[in-house]
Amino acid sequence: MAGRVGELAAALAATVSRPWTVMEVCGGQTHAILRWGLDQLLPPGLRLIHGPGCPVCVTPAERLDAALALAAQPGVILCSYGDMLRVPGSATAAGGADPVAATDLLGARAAGGDVRLLTSPLEAIALAQAAPDRQVVFLAVGFETTAPATALLLCQARALGLANLSVLLAHVRVAPAMEALLLEPANQVQGFLAAGHVGAVMGTTELHQLVQRHRVPVVVTGFEPVEVMAGLLRLVQLLEAGTPALANAYGRVVRDRGNAAAQALLEEVFEVTDQPWRGLGPIAGGGFALAPAYRHFDALARLAPLMPNPGSAVSDATSAASSPCISGRILQGRAIPSECPAFGGSCTPEHPLGAPMVSSEGACAAYYRYRRQAA
Amino acid sequence: MAERIQLAHGGGGTLMQQLIDQELRALYADPTQVLHDAALLPLPPGPLAFSTDGYVVQPLEFPGGDIGRLAVVGTANDLAMAGARALHLSVAMILEEGLPLELLRRVVASMAAAARECGLTIVTGDTKVVERGKADGVFLTTSGVGLVEAPEPIDPRAIRPGDQLLVSGDLGRHGVAILAARYGLNLVPPVLSDCAPLWPQVQGLLAAGVRIHCLRDLTRGGLASALQELAVAAGVELAIEEACLPVAEPVARTCDLLGFEPLHLANEGRFVAVVPPEAADLACALLATGGGAWIGTVRPAPGAGGQVWLTTALGTDRLLIPLSGELLPRIC
Repeated sequence: MAGRVGELAAALAATVSRPWTVMEVCGGQTHAILRWGLDQLLPPGLRLIHGPGCPVCVTPAERLDAALALAAQPGVILCSYGDMLRVPGSATAAGGADPVAATDLLGARAAGGDVRLLTSPLEAIALAQAAPDRQVVFLAVGFETTAPATALLLCQARALGLANLSVLLAHVRVAPAMEALLLEPANQVQGFLAAGHVGAVMGTTELHQLVQRHRVPVVVTGFEPVEVMAGLLRLVQLLEAGTPALANAYGRVVRDRGNAAAQALLEEVFEVTDQPWRGLGPIAGGGFALAPAYRHFDALARLAPLMPNPGSAVSDATSAASSPCISGRILQGRAIPSECPAFGGSCTPEHPLGAPMVSSEGACAAYYRYRRQAA
Repeated sequence: MAERIQLAHGGGGTLMQQLIDQELRALYADPTQVLHDAALLPLPPGPLAFSTDGYVVQPLEFPGGDIGRLAVVGTANDLAMAGARALHLSVAMILEEGLPLELLRRVVASMAAAARECGLTIVTGDTKVVERGKADGVFLTTSGVGLVEAPEPIDPRAIRPGDQLLVSGDLGRHGVAILAARYGLNLVPPVLSDCAPLWPQVQGLLAAGVRIHCLRDLTRGGLASALQELAVAAGVELAIEEACLPVAEPVARTCDLLGFEPLHLANEGRFVAVVPPEAADLACALLATGGGAWIGTVRPAPGAGGQVWLTTALGTDRLLIPLSGELLPRIC
């Protein structure tokens, strides 16, 4: 591996003739870059900025607050993926909505809530069948990578007629977020490394449209060090040639059409909706909502009577104003984690102020874990 | 209906006597000892090491071990890290009402077998039963006393710049075994816990005349936490080579899948040894027979020390920091 990465680094150095700023969209790629120190191998002038592709990071605080409120109810089993359990809701913002309230789902569990970690959404079915007198709520987060698994869960729950299972939906779509970044007046991104696993599901159609509309090169890229470097080389070749095209540097996994079965599930269960992303704000077409035939699985609608003061959640805008955390700018690629005044000081993985410090895919966590520049 | 532990088993009456006589006596090398309040220990002359640890693992039985084996081997291993051969152990058990008696029998048999394997005797113990829901099956606490056989103190403060870092075997097996059991990952073939006594390897080093500056067993937090603790305690900087870390293929693959690093996974039968440079080759050769390897060096620290640097397989450098909390599988 080291030999191949070295060759790619040399090819990059030979290809770059002027400064370029490119974004790796996915947090998994950010993680690989810092984990392997790939940025140390890049020629000067090639600048990487880290994208918002961390599902844990962009899940709106309001959705987490709803999950926390539900988890506090005795009749509810709240389940989600592992790294979702540590993400702070809005109560961690300076001042905090309620100093006693649990600030994350692990805290809700410590306070007596029944919070379960799932490695597959389908495990929620067994949970619901085993506890017919309780409501099982799956906090469903992630990009097009995990959304089909949630869709499959709901298809099966519907077929089984499960009345005590619902979802708190926070699935997001990546391509609209890339478009939103390009539309920012302060945008610096000249090319994208697109998320390979999203491509595996969705294929390349959406990315083709993005390239055509905005005239930026996009390279579908994997996650191994060699794949990230190969993606970067392809992207720089396109930039240097002035060719705003789509390239697939992850051909061993991604087909142009993607995964038809997964897309059919998405089509069946969801419809595209505008969605707020934590740190980025509302994004047109940026998420999924339940299709009419599946709306009875909406936890918010079903369990509204259990929610205390549904309107009391502190909005992102409010919390951002009173916190030193700059996670919004980091998620937009306008700042890197070590530029944040709170980084490594008042904000650490033990006491995160913003979601990017929590998830293993978050840029702040990756910086903290692999270099900890500021202290 | 299977037999289960009842509250009365801890009540001091006849049921408790039955439990001790029929189920727990197997723990003791000398069964007459259970009749006395305290063990009388004829200890050999020389410095003694003393250590204690609590054990609360879930599931109670996992691929390659169980809580009983862990509780005996774990405390014996803590003694071994001070260069001491474990001699005697105490065992305190907290049992949850409703615990299947058959499971307790297996745990007790496993403790007895582990004690024999470690060459130690269990000399005193205590048993309490708590209401259902107030414990998680079985909690064990063991305390052990051992005879120090190392000629020089084995202590983080003995670590010097220039010392060499070795590990005693491949990393992360216990962590993967537990995670797989907890998250229902059906690994085929299963990864077994590395839970095993460390004294034979330590004794091998001492017998060969290897000078040892420090030993640290790799338990929760894995190699990353152990190295960090040593770097802080000794006020030095450690530099390790990722390419030299022994990691079995199934462990590496599982880590890839869940977003973990082998460096952060728990071990129960591995240690890191810090030895002076002139002892490194011999120590490495001895540990290599158990899958051990050289992994890095101790450097002088520019400031107060405490940093652990890792050179990746690509030749790039990064700081290694311990995990902040629970290992949680990532989303994608």
